[in-house]
Amino acid sequence: MKYLEEFRDPELARGLLEDIRAAVTRPWALMEVCGGQTHTIIRHGIDQLLPEGVELIHGPGCPVCVTPLEVIDKALEIAGRPGVIFCSFGDMLRVPGSDRDLFRVRGEGGDVRVVYSPLDALRIARENPDREVVFFGIGFETTAPPNAMTVHQARKQGIRNFSMLVSHVRVPPAIEAIMTSPDCRVQGFLAAGHVCSVMGVEEYPELAARHRVPIVVTGFEPLDILEGIRRTVRQLERGEHTVENAYERAVRPEGNPAARAMLEDVFEVTDRAWRGIGVIPGSGWRLSERYRAYDAEHRFEVSGITTRESALCRSGEVLQGLIKPHECEAFGTTCTPRNPLGATMVSTEGACAAYYLYRRLGTPAALEVTPVG
Amino acid sequence: MCLAVPGRVMEIEERDGARMAVMDFGGVVKDVCLEYLPDLAVGEYAIVHVGFALQRLDEESARQTLELFAELGLLMEEFGDPWEAAAAAEAGGAGAEVER
Ligand code: SF4
Repeated sequence: MKYLEEFRDPELARGLLEDIRAAVTRPWALMEVCGGQTHTIIRHGIDQLLPEGVELIHGPGCPVCVTPLEVIDKALEIAGRPGVIFCSFGDMLRVPGSDRDLFRVRGEGGDVRVVYSPLDALRIARENPDREVVFFGIGFETTAPPNAMTVHQARKQGIRNFSMLVSHVRVPPAIEAIMTSPDCRVQGFLAAGHVCSVMGVEEYPELAARHRVPIVVTGFEPLDILEGIRRTVRQLERGEHTVENAYERAVRPEGNPAARAMLEDVFEVTDRAWRGIGVIPGSGWRLSERYRAYDAEHRFEVSGITTRESALCRSGEVLQGLIKPHECEAFGTTCTPRNPLGATMVSTEGACAAYYLYRRLGTPAALEVTPVG
Repeated sequence: MCLAVPGRVMEIEERDGARMAVMDFGGVVKDVCLEYLPDLAVGEYAIVHVGFALQRLDEESARQTLELFAELGLLMEEFGDPWEAAAAAEAGGAGAEVER
């Protein structure tokens, strides 16, 4: 698709940057919520190109990073059981639990399989009726609908040897938590475009008004990010705080109604602990009563786990935008993507990994055209 | 994992009681579930995440956005400070910075 390449056009980027420069009269701190956006920003050096005073704070929007340690430990426990086929997205493999990771469990003989789609896990269950197949269901509002559909299909098709370890998180309560934190420096949000593709924008006007903070729905290409920043800065300079959609090509105001209906059917809102941050009220989804039979936590006895977090890792502060990754002492020394101490170094969307990958390899690849996916 | 990517529908079929498509992601071909976008047609684009099409990609608004961006560049040339622009060009300024 040609126009996607155009969304990385350096000439257009220059125009947007100039426009941002012309608009800025004082310093502003903006948070990009989504880890995918953090990656675009660091990879293309957008944070370094911005006029002085405009700071990007990296948000907690990496689902791998914020999955609570307790849930990781439960996953490791289940994955190690005989007779279980444990299916997960690839980027969970190296996320450290209290004393090992899924990769290690596989090395010790556990049947851990990487799938591209949750439907692959369902197919594996169909093909292995004598085994218990468990899928690790994590992610934000973008990943929750595929996982919800998979549980729904399991029930519809009467597949009984399938269950899901569910730890989904929701963005709006996280924004609420960030804005009400006493350390909060965030003055505007670039909202995660793909989350809004599913959920629409209805959840945001109330948040924007109550916290007097502009929220601009933003895409993932370099120009998308610059446009999100441009609109947020423009609002701040004018003293406005409304919700704008700068990612119209993929976000309708109502989101995807079919996906939202399925979410409502399969999941229910619950309080959820975010790794490194703590419990955020109403910030998660778990399987609803009707689907309890597919809940791996009910099927397997995994309570009473005691967790042990790395004492060195400061990923909680990174996730809340309080420090930048390289301010962590372990960064690039005892903690690297090959040997991560915290989840923010493991996940390709984690802020620590982004800094490690792009900063350590020299200057950022400023707006080079590289195909996505 | 959270990266949703745009793809183009090549074929559509029912499989295991679900509406499925074969989609092209710039040369990489994958199976995609269309249950959330049941009226997506062959040739159309959608944002796909972990094997599910989640939202139709609207090429028309993509064009509009790009036009807006282009216009912003033009406006700068029209109303920007020519002295500043000249100085920036001399110092290998903004443009060079972007291409750095
Ligand atoms: S660099 Fe490693 S140890 Fe430091 S905060 Fe990031 S993940 Fe944790």
